[in-house]
Amino acid sequence: MAELSFKDFATDQEVRWCPGCGDYSILKGVQRALADQGAKPENTVFVSGIGCASRLPYYINTYGFHTIHGRAPAFATGVKLANPELDVWVVTGDGDGLSIGGNHLLHALRRNIDLNILLFNNEIYGLTKGQYSPTSRIGTTSPSTPGGSVDHPVIPGLFAVGAGATFIARAVDIDQKGLPGLLNQASQHKGAAFIEILQNCIVYNKDVFDNVSNKKTAADHQIHVHHGEPLRYGKDGCKGIRLNTKTLRLEAVTVDECDPRKGVPVEDLLVHDETNAALAQMLLTMESPLPMAFGVIHRVAKATFETSFWNAKSKGRREKITHLLQQGTTLDRRK
Amino acid sequence: MKQDLTERTSYVIRFAGDSGDGIQLQGLQFTLASAISGHDLATLPDFPAEIRAPAGTRYGVSAFQIQFGGDRITTPGDSPDVLIAFNPAALVVNLNQLKPGALIIVDESTFTAQRLKRADLATNPLEDGSLADFQVCAIDIAHLTTEAVKPFGLGTKDSVRCKNFWALGLLLWMFDQPRDPAAHWIQRKFASAEAIRNANLAALNAGHAYGETAELGQVLLQHSIPEAPLASVEYRTITGAEATALGLIAAGELANIELMFCSYPITPASSVLHHLADMDEAGVATFQAEDEIAAVCAAIGASYAGKLGVTSSSGPGVALKTEAIGFAVATELPLLIVNSQRAGPSTGMPTKTEQSDLYQAVYGRNADTPIPVVAARSPGDCFDTAIEAARIAMRHMTPVILLTDGYIANASELWPIPDFDSYAPIVTTKPDKDSSGPVFVRDAKTQARMWASPGDPRFVHRVGGIERDYDSGNISYEADNHQAMTNMRQAKVASVANYIPAQELVQGLGAGLAVVGWGSTYGAIFQAVKLALADGLSVAQIHLRHLNPLPSNLAEMLAGYECVLVPELNTGQLATILRDHGVADLAQLNKVSGQPFAVSELIERIRELATPYIHEVKNG
Repeated sequence: MAELSFKDFATDQEVRWCPGCGDYSILKGVQRALADQGAKPENTVFVSGIGCASRLPYYINTYGFHTIHGRAPAFATGVKLANPELDVWVVTGDGDGLSIGGNHLLHALRRNIDLNILLFNNEIYGLTKGQYSPTSRIGTTSPSTPGGSVDHPVIPGLFAVGAGATFIARAVDIDQKGLPGLLNQASQHKGAAFIEILQNCIVYNKDVFDNVSNKKTAADHQIHVHHGEPLRYGKDGCKGIRLNTKTLRLEAVTVDECDPRKGVPVEDLLVHDETNAALAQMLLTMESPLPMAFGVIHRVAKATFETSFWNAKSKGRREKITHLLQQGTTLDRRK
Repeated sequence: MKQDLTERTSYVIRFAGDSGDGIQLQGLQFTLASAISGHDLATLPDFPAEIRAPAGTRYGVSAFQIQFGGDRITTPGDSPDVLIAFNPAALVVNLNQLKPGALIIVDESTFTAQRLKRADLATNPLEDGSLADFQVCAIDIAHLTTEAVKPFGLGTKDSVRCKNFWALGLLLWMFDQPRDPAAHWIQRKFASAEAIRNANLAALNAGHAYGETAELGQVLLQHSIPEAPLASVEYRTITGAEATALGLIAAGELANIELMFCSYPITPASSVLHHLADMDEAGVATFQAEDEIAAVCAAIGASYAGKLGVTSSSGPGVALKTEAIGFAVATELPLLIVNSQRAGPSTGMPTKTEQSDLYQAVYGRNADTPIPVVAARSPGDCFDTAIEAARIAMRHMTPVILLTDGYIANASELWPIPDFDSYAPIVTTKPDKDSSGPVFVRDAKTQARMWASPGDPRFVHRVGGIERDYDSGNISYEADNHQAMTNMRQAKVASVANYIPAQELVQGLGAGLAVVGWGSTYGAIFQAVKLALADGLSVAQIHLRHLNPLPSNLAEMLAGYECVLVPELNTGQLATILRDHGVADLAQLNKVSGQPFAVSELIERIRELATPYIHEVKNG
């Protein structure tokens, strides 16, 4: 059989997101990732909840299950347990996955069931017309918070660390170069892979990530982490991240290659260790003047739920119901 | 007033004590001994929600009632002939239920000033004359048990804990029943604890010997009970939860499909999960989800992936599952929802029984979202009803609600083990190797679509809860399409009526009063109608398994009676549904006390409404 191209993973359905929506580029990235990894459409299932992001399965030519608000991880758990051979993806948003469905996301991650969970974070409710979400920054004005939101937002990756996630990554919607590769790494991970994708809602929360994603300023505001490599970013990699051992906080520094006078040697920079959950926590919470971390921030190997689940089940002879019916004390009146 | 306990063919015994006294175990062991003796039986475990309520309190009393004997038994009995009370509270809370002249056996050692105070008693009932209407047998059970187990070197606390088996031994002697089942249980349970094993066996035997040798004269006599008129088949005792679990497994075998049972702990439904978790060798996988919603969603996910998803809960949990059940309707997937009903709104009374989730089952969803509803009438009937529910779910590709309740989930009865080879296989709409064509082409008679699942390259499709095109899984907001989909969903559930058997009479004579029941009230109604028939009244019993849709001949059948009585453990939910189906004139009998109907309550109402049966001679 000829290999499928990313176009083969498109359906005949007209895509109904707003023109300019970040979801278009994520959709393309997903289709490309599926083509790159040689996914079989019949063995691939996209399970989604409710919201703009959750419409994605209609546009991917695999099995698709568009379920109810917040519950996609629970449906996906049933699908994966019933047939562990399937490659199961969950598509959710910041409202779907972290508000109404926070509980299910928590448990899917802690169980480490082999799902690829894509959380499109646009820090707003789109499909219900623009209310603030659990990732909205304090002061977000919306129809339900005309005076600005007052509650503290959740950091999706930090939530995943707390839940014991074994794979945590972050990406930007428009990063067509990096996104398919990252999705493939998530897909190859055995266990629950959590990928937060910053997504631009051009109608209700336009450019909320602009300082991070804008190509002009991205170099100074994004750091792409790679396991075993020093944490460097900025134009020509002139900047780096160092751990202040007195405060146990990260700080941005210039490397001496670019500034021999004030810069620090590369050996002083932190080396990314994706198995270190404490480092993951620090990277996920970095905010200006530190850059935002992208790539595979955390990855560890742990037993997957579906494997342990089936291993724990009895492997004995399959008992027939006629045998089970006669268990216990019986009174035999047959002649 | 003395009751003659000797001249009876069946008896009602109630065991009562603290939740930690091993009352339920005692009842269970007595039940097994009765079954082996060839007696028909029905039991009622009646316990508080607290796991170990403070000792000696009235609200902490746990009880177990059994009716057993040589008759056809269908209820645990209205009022006990014998009460075994392990403390003053257990005596006083059960006193008003006893038959006049009933035998009361108490553990005398517990009637101390302190324990009387714990039970809010100002005076000692053994001395103040309040038990004058009964036969009282006060025995220092704690002392006699401690003496019997002395050789095994247990501490005082462990010694006294053996007293439930001492009392069981005495009761087994009284009713001439074998000790073997209890002895076997003790040997298995305490296989690795020699001292405790021997002590409990000694207690059991000592209680038995006490009956033989104590010569308590008229108070404690041995009764021999005739065997029940049983058929020439093999019997076992079974609870509703066990029968539900076995029925689900049986359905999987009949359909040649694996089951995925996804549930969240809730009283009194959890026992179904426990039984199934213990039977994973039988083609069922159990998954304890993080909440009720996740449980039903995972079950639907399993159905989507080609297994039969089953979820189980009680009313509050089913309420949480409601949205997902609607999703299974919309996506046309099979799903079983078992509701072990319990009493009251919100948390209500989790360990007490009621039939008040019928509206929830039949009507309780947003939009026009009909689903079939069936109800089991007795512990053993849960087996056949579970199979029937699964058959409907897979034949029509729809969720189905199976209603049981706290009473039949926990109660046990003597059950003829069915001949499983006589059950018809369950046919599904799963594609075979020659299948082709669109997934959403429906069977004209059942409205079932093809049960195609991921993994099959021929049927890759998308489907969801958004209204979708009649012929595909794709989104459609077209006006005509939504009408067609709504019509299809209604037609699907209506079509179930074409496959269910016509409603039959359970028993009856004449065209006077029809007593129409559903669910666990079957046994009590059966006895009440039987008594009424023996009185020469024109009365009939009709008991429904199918509640949505109703059997198609039901309305016509009921029109043939002068009067219809609907007894229910709710405020009139089936009555409303029947009125909705054109049964205009009906009388009700409703009770919501957390307890099953007593036969006496039913017979009283039947006598008010029924007229004597006059044999009509047709003019030639």
